[in-house]
Amino acid sequence: MSQSSVMPGFRPTIGFTLFYLGLVVLIPLSTLVFKSFELNWDDYVHIITSKRVLSSFRVSFTTALIAASIASVFGFITAWVLVRYSFFGKNIFHALIDLPFALPTAVAGIVLATIFQPSGFLGKLLMDNFGIQIAFKPAGIVVALIFISIPFVVRTVEPVLLEFETTMEEAGSSLGASRLQVFTKIIFPNIFPALLTGFALAFARGVGEYGSVIFIAGNIPYVSEIVPLLIVIKLEQFDIKGATAIALTMLVISFLLLLLINLLQLWVRKRSGQL
Amino acid sequence: MNTVTKPLYKDKIVAQQRALQDPDWVKWSLITIALSFISLFICIPLGLVIVQAFSKGLEAYWSALTQPDTLAAIKLTLLVAVVTVPLNTVFGVAAAWAITRFDFKGKSFLTTLIDLPFSVSPVISGLIFVLLFGAEGWFGEWLMEHDVKIIFAVPGIILATLFITFPFVARQLIPLMQEMGNQEEEAALSLGAGGWKTFWAVTIPNIKWALLYGVLLCNARAMGEFGAVSVVSGHIRGMTNTLPLHVEVSYNDYDVVGAFASASILAALAIVTLILKTALEWKQTNR
Amino acid sequence: MSILLSDISKNFGAFTALNHINLEVPEGELVALLGPSGCGKTTLLRIIAGLEHTDKGRVLINGDDKTDQNVSQRGIGFVFQHYALFRHMTVFENVAFGLRVKPKRDRPSNEIITKKVHALLDLVQLDWLHNRYPDQLSGGQRQRIALARALAVEPSVLLLDEPFGALDASVRKDLRQWLRNLHHELNVTSIFVTHDQEEAMEVASQVVVLNHGQIEQQGSPSDIYDHPANAFVSRFIGQTNVFDLDEHDADWLQTAGLLNPTQEGKIAHVRPHDIIIEKSDANHAAPATLKDWQHLGALIRLELVKNGSNGSTAPVFAEMPNDQFKQLELARGDKINLKIRQAHWFH
Repeated sequence: MSQSSVMPGFRPTIGFTLFYLGLVVLIPLSTLVFKSFELNWDDYVHIITSKRVLSSFRVSFTTALIAASIASVFGFITAWVLVRYSFFGKNIFHALIDLPFALPTAVAGIVLATIFQPSGFLGKLLMDNFGIQIAFKPAGIVVALIFISIPFVVRTVEPVLLEFETTMEEAGSSLGASRLQVFTKIIFPNIFPALLTGFALAFARGVGEYGSVIFIAGNIPYVSEIVPLLIVIKLEQFDIKGATAIALTMLVISFLLLLLINLLQLWVRKRSGQL
Repeated sequence: MNTVTKPLYKDKIVAQQRALQDPDWVKWSLITIALSFISLFICIPLGLVIVQAFSKGLEAYWSALTQPDTLAAIKLTLLVAVVTVPLNTVFGVAAAWAITRFDFKGKSFLTTLIDLPFSVSPVISGLIFVLLFGAEGWFGEWLMEHDVKIIFAVPGIILATLFITFPFVARQLIPLMQEMGNQEEEAALSLGAGGWKTFWAVTIPNIKWALLYGVLLCNARAMGEFGAVSVVSGHIRGMTNTLPLHVEVSYNDYDVVGAFASASILAALAIVTLILKTALEWKQTNR
Repeated sequence: MSILLSDISKNFGAFTALNHINLEVPEGELVALLGPSGCGKTTLLRIIAGLEHTDKGRVLINGDDKTDQNVSQRGIGFVFQHYALFRHMTVFENVAFGLRVKPKRDRPSNEIITKKVHALLDLVQLDWLHNRYPDQLSGGQRQRIALARALAVEPSVLLLDEPFGALDASVRKDLRQWLRNLHHELNVTSIFVTHDQEEAMEVASQVVVLNHGQIEQQGSPSDIYDHPANAFVSRFIGQTNVFDLDEHDADWLQTAGLLNPTQEGKIAHVRPHDIIIEKSDANHAAPATLKDWQHLGALIRLELVKNGSNGSTAPVFAEMPNDQFKQLELARGDKINLKIRQAHWFH
């Protein structure tokens, strides 16, 4: 069975891997599934279709969708600029892209809330000049999720852009294509699968995000209350059944979305002959 | 070293820049857009942590940090990292060895399972441990009878953090060890080295930077995790508050300096992580 | 269309890639830019294409100054070294690309594009692959698709960068012949870059030898071979024996029959096939001894060691047809008399 019979250590390493994986990940995660068997179908439907739960799902998915879209556009531009151009301070910007990965979400949460609250540095600016309020509204959730999404998009697109053969661009130009045509017909179609992956990762992460959102969201039921927060609220009210039902639904939807996006990517690749 | 010689990152950048140039106005508009975006969402928030932490002066900052609750939170955060990071590191190396050095049925499924915690919301990661060990959980009654506290106590925090940071090290090592292949290890074995000797003398030197990188990310997440820990901790001040939870509690009490003083430590941790990460990347491309 | 390059110079930082290049390519020629790597040949090709800007000098195609024109407006066809086929497009779409990106008023209708693309794919004998993607093709097929794609826009000149460089030896041989025939058929002015002198001699009607950013010689393949302008060209085109008067014993050279009153210069280059060999009758004064030989197919290459020379000990190589070699019935260690038929003298 083993790839190379001379290599030592298969039994201990695979044994430890499976044991530890089961103990730390699989058993705990499966309790969610087994616990939900204690619910009957009617209870489940009742919990999930309550207005507050449905609203929270709507809020979570729409804000994550908008944030991932905005982050995809600007993340793509950022990746392009970082790969293609040189300018002063580029290395520092390059390193800072990963900050949302490294900065604890609670810190991001209180900072963004402080900046965008109506008395805050940017919140006041937007309020006084345009009458726009970001914090304590769904827009605040979007802002927090954009912050979280940036590295997902940039770090997925960047390597593909780096590997991209610039001779393809030269070939396009030599055949008479304008710079814009080269971009839309040659560069973008080749980068698109990576952009889609970045979008998907950002979206999936955004739906589950908690720490950076709760400080800026305002958490008003039916308006700016996200699903993870609702799970916490149910738990604090000792409504274990409610929390379990919502969590399971969210988990299943997340997995379905990831599956869908994987299939979509497969399709894009096939269509473009990369498989 | 690697059998595949890849052009260095820097060489590629040079090649990219020699390609057809975009007009200057396009170039500078795009740079402006990108930099404004990154400044708005990353630089300003980072700067604000410092500004807020010191808004009432150095003395207020220092007294916020040396408050007993803050110190207890720092201690607990360190304890959690000291327990979880080594465990997940050992797991990551073992899993990478098993997956990249052997062929077996269900290998790609196993790889997918290892990534699982990444796609689970932090809140759900906390919830599952409440379902297992909480008052109404599977082992709830048994634990109660034997007076063992896991939820709303340190063990729960450690378990949730283990789950959250589970894939970090394995994820860094698997692609690298896959690409490296096992010829060097086979060579060592053929020269009479034993299994352990081969691992320490051949494998570890080849993967050390990626390993360090994985440990770094694992540590950053272990110290900074909020959602999962928040669900299982119970927020008992001075007892089960980690530093990120202490940030939340202080913020909700309108203790701005306290919240941002604690946040500044975590932000410093993030910056150190980024600097080390950049240094490691530089090392890896220039080795 | 003719191509005229006047006084082209190009630097990359401190490195001079091209140094005052003047070159005229008459209409309908198939020209090889030949030189060692780093000699500037690819840079020159990219400058003609407009993929690289000149520091100095003008590029004229058919009399029109194209120096400041963008590559997309120059109307050239460029075949890239690694083909640069669009990975996300089928073979058909790759070839159609140049037609599809034309401004609306010049763009042919879809039917015309379809017809034209199929005609081009027929020309390169690959129409049956029109639905494939580049990753599904062999190297030789990609090469021919890249050529069809470049020809689709009816370029005024065709430029090829190391067109056979990335191919297997056997495929390369076939494609050389094929490119020559295609050029005869289309008669479009073409320039290709190569570092392989054999390839340049076999395919091109004109060869331009470059070294260190300068043109060493331009001429037909036979010109270049028979009348090399300098030592570099002579050495680069084919094998040659080098006899430097400063390093050789004049007596030995006299015996070998190399010195003559009309020589001009002090370095003689002698092609191996210009050395005539006969067996010496065990004479100790014989100028050379046969050390070894190799079969090169129709020819035999003989490795000779010089006798009685206090100068350079480098071996002398001679070549002769296989059957002639058999007639001589030579063995290793035989004493050899040699006569030099022709030498090129350089300073």
